[in-house]
Amino acid sequence: MSVASLAGSGRPSAWALLGANRLAATGLALFAALLLLALLVPLLPLADPDATAPADRLLRPLADAGHPLGTDQLGRDLLARLLHGTRTSLAMGISATLVAALIGSLIGLVAGYFGGRTDNLIMRGIDMLMGFPYILLALAIVAALGPGLMNALYAIAVVNIPFFARNIRGVTVGLARREFVDAARLSGKGHALVLATEVLPNVLPTIVITMSTTVGWMILETAGLSFLGLGAQPPQADLGSMLGEGRKLLFTAPHVSIIPGLMIFALVMSINLLGDGIRDLLDPRLKSGALTRPAARTAVDAARPRPAATAAGESGQPLLDVRGLQTQFEIGRRVYRAVGGVDLQLREEECLGLVGESGSGKSVTAMSLLGLVPTPAGRIVGGRVGYAGEDLLDVPDARLRELRGGDFAYIFQDPLSSLHPLFRIGEQVAEALRAHRPLGRAEARRRVVELLELVQIPNPAQRLDAYPHELSGGMRQRVCIAMALANDPRVLIADEPTTALDVTVQAQMLRLLDRLRRERRAAVLFITHDFGVVAEICDRVAVMYAGRVVELGPAAAVLASPAHPYTRKLIDCVPVLGEPRRSLDAIPGLPPAVDRLPPGCAFAPRCPRARDDCARGEIDLRPLPDAGGGAAAREVRCRYPLPLAGDPAPAASPADGGTS
Amino acid sequence: MGYYILRRLLSAIPVVFGLTIIVFLIMAMIPGDPALAILGAYATPENIARINRELGLDKSLVEQYAIWLGNLLQGDFGRSYSLNRPVIDEVLERFSATLILAGSALLICSLLGLLAGIVSAVRQFGWADRLITFTVLIGISTPSFWLGLLLILLFAVTWQLLPASGMYAIYGGGDLPDLLLHLILPACTLSVVATGVIARLTRSAMLEVLRQDYIRTARAKGLDERRVIYRHAFRAALVSVIPVIGIQAGFVLGGAVYIETVFQWPGIGGMLVKAIATRDLLLVQGGVLVVATSYVLFNLLADVAQSLLDPRLKS
Repeated sequence: MSVASLAGSGRPSAWALLGANRLAATGLALFAALLLLALLVPLLPLADPDATAPADRLLRPLADAGHPLGTDQLGRDLLARLLHGTRTSLAMGISATLVAALIGSLIGLVAGYFGGRTDNLIMRGIDMLMGFPYILLALAIVAALGPGLMNALYAIAVVNIPFFARNIRGVTVGLARREFVDAARLSGKGHALVLATEVLPNVLPTIVITMSTTVGWMILETAGLSFLGLGAQPPQADLGSMLGEGRKLLFTAPHVSIIPGLMIFALVMSINLLGDGIRDLLDPRLKSGALTRPAARTAVDAARPRPAATAAGESGQPLLDVRGLQTQFEIGRRVYRAVGGVDLQLREEECLGLVGESGSGKSVTAMSLLGLVPTPAGRIVGGRVGYAGEDLLDVPDARLRELRGGDFAYIFQDPLSSLHPLFRIGEQVAEALRAHRPLGRAEARRRVVELLELVQIPNPAQRLDAYPHELSGGMRQRVCIAMALANDPRVLIADEPTTALDVTVQAQMLRLLDRLRRERRAAVLFITHDFGVVAEICDRVAVMYAGRVVELGPAAAVLASPAHPYTRKLIDCVPVLGEPRRSLDAIPGLPPAVDRLPPGCAFAPRCPRARDDCARGEIDLRPLPDAGGGAAAREVRCRYPLPLAGDPAPAASPADGGTS
Repeated sequence: MGYYILRRLLSAIPVVFGLTIIVFLIMAMIPGDPALAILGAYATPENIARINRELGLDKSLVEQYAIWLGNLLQGDFGRSYSLNRPVIDEVLERFSATLILAGSALLICSLLGLLAGIVSAVRQFGWADRLITFTVLIGISTPSFWLGLLLILLFAVTWQLLPASGMYAIYGGGDLPDLLLHLILPACTLSVVATGVIARLTRSAMLEVLRQDYIRTARAKGLDERRVIYRHAFRAALVSVIPVIGIQAGFVLGGAVYIETVFQWPGIGGMLVKAIATRDLLLVQGGVLVVATSYVLFNLLADVAQSLLDPRLKS
């Protein structure tokens, strides 16, 4: 649906992206600086890290000009030891990462490429390795090989192999079935060559991401093993073993252990920052901002233009009076005007069809009424939604909650995704009841059974305890309807309630809805793209195109003789039994992107009747002059509307009053 | 439900079986010839053959494994030469201490991580979110063994609020309040990284769930936002966070090795480090097997909890 796709491409605000990048940049700078420092150690004018000086034992940092970071228990210069230790730790961590990446990627490539039994066997083994708590397996390996720097390196590399094997296998499985790999194989290349030239280049990014996320752990864990005395052995020293030795002096000379720890922290932190940045950059879901959270209520501009309420007509005040509604999606710097000034009046007990193609703004219009358009990126920038003397766009949150599911109820398109998968349907219906009035358990249950009966669910007392996934599509939608009817709404907003259902179920569902709305005397705003549905149940119809109403009138009259060329095309889209040649793509072209609407009539570029002046000026929604009895009953937004059926003379003069 | 648990329990058996194979293989790859090590100067070919026969080393690797596994199944994990007592006794004694520490850490990281993740998601891009995200980043980058030392310096040395080491006070301790007092620092230290991981995951799971259609339905019903978030969204997010809590059990059990060393907690981690230093391999082997098996059970528990929450998983 257009709402989802528009909002789905929304991004976090520019500063959030910048902030994320700035963090990654900080990480990169810090890591590069530390790496450079470690590389330059042999060139720096440092003291000998292993030279002992018992007289200068345990000097505090800054206490002695010759030892800026102080000395340890043997009087060795801590700065020199720190930098040498950093060098060792970095070398260890990076080597372990390379070893793990090499072996793990190879395993993953082979498993993913050959598949079948090879894959099964290898991945079983990998799963078993992952069955161990991470560091414990490393301990077992060190126990077997004996403590030592190289053995610690091997141990850490081995326990990280599964991460590479799994990630690389996942990507390779997808690649191995692709055409270009098949083609390479058919051209007579051996498996090894295909893997190296066709598959490997494509899995390289995954290897890099996995390396960037694991190298931090590996530095941390090799340091950890050294800390436990199982890695670097004296006189060899890395950051971990410095920390481990300093621990014994924690109470007397804490700086000996705190300083190397700080360095490990700085290293790991810089790598994690960088890794997060890389992942954010390469993770398309984050990049598209799909992970922004919609607020409880659509953002509404307080200073928006508010047209006056519709004056009471001959049929009295309409039940729901939408005037000049404008809703837009703000994505980055682009503004999609999904609803560009919609007027709608819904009268008591009437069924108003809101019709248009995908992206015409009909759903967004309906969601805007009670603030259900997701923010970000949605925002209501104009209009009023008049109901019972209030503007629903301005009511306080508590009042809005009262109206949602109270006087107004929604039925959505896809009942499976609209029902909570983890709650029993009875609970979900009961929740709708209890949100609006206090109700005991037994009483709620009785009411739920009644409601389920009302929507013709067989054995309601048993179905109550079913989960949504245990029901058929039709049954699920009945549950949604029951939920909507829970508090006797005065307005029912049905957003394509039959589109996701089987064709056979659609007709049943329409009849059910039609019967219920008459019995319950609810007004219905029925959103659909299908004029066939309009003919079934709607009293009046409003046709939307590119965010605006282009034609409005009694359903029967509009169906019999549409005035707007777009309406005509939409009606032609309805498949009719026995006329297979009426195609569904009767309208050439696509609806315009709502972030750059053409001036004049938005439909003009696709309209067979368009004239030059159609692309100029603002075209109003005007009463149709030739409509006969009750002139106000039909309105159209077109300078050259179609002649009405039975009208001998085609409309010769522009209905717009002549800008031509 | 009972059937589901039974099925999961049965499926854990081959996993534990796999663990024994790996441990066996690691021990089999120990460099050097045991017979040579035992005999030293007395290593004549006859003596070597005799020792190998006595140790069962003349049999094939598969046979050796079968015998070893048979012994394990009878509770015979061998005898620790450094402690001169059966491995199983020492391991089980130590393991209870580790379980207390790791269990508390898991409890802390689950509660705190979930809470931080929810707050972070609900206040996305707000100051609370930024603060939590930043704290989490620092938390998962901090070496736990170093953090432990810092906390000892602060809480035990400088402020003298909490004991620096051990599980009970040496004199007059031994009751529950005493245990809890000793538990605070190590359990908190151990939980830091896991808390960060769970918080991160909860945040993204919540953000994912809050976009779902059924959340819109919940709002359209007129539910108040607290109920939407804590009942509808959190419940669904929890389903995807629980397996990660299970995985964190592994990191917590492994991380206990550092924490027990830093705080001198009488658990299995400290025992393992000493056993490795003294080359008491049977003790290492027993300890690793018991902890790894408990990890499998933790994951099993997470699976069962997940299936209790999500009815779709049972069918």
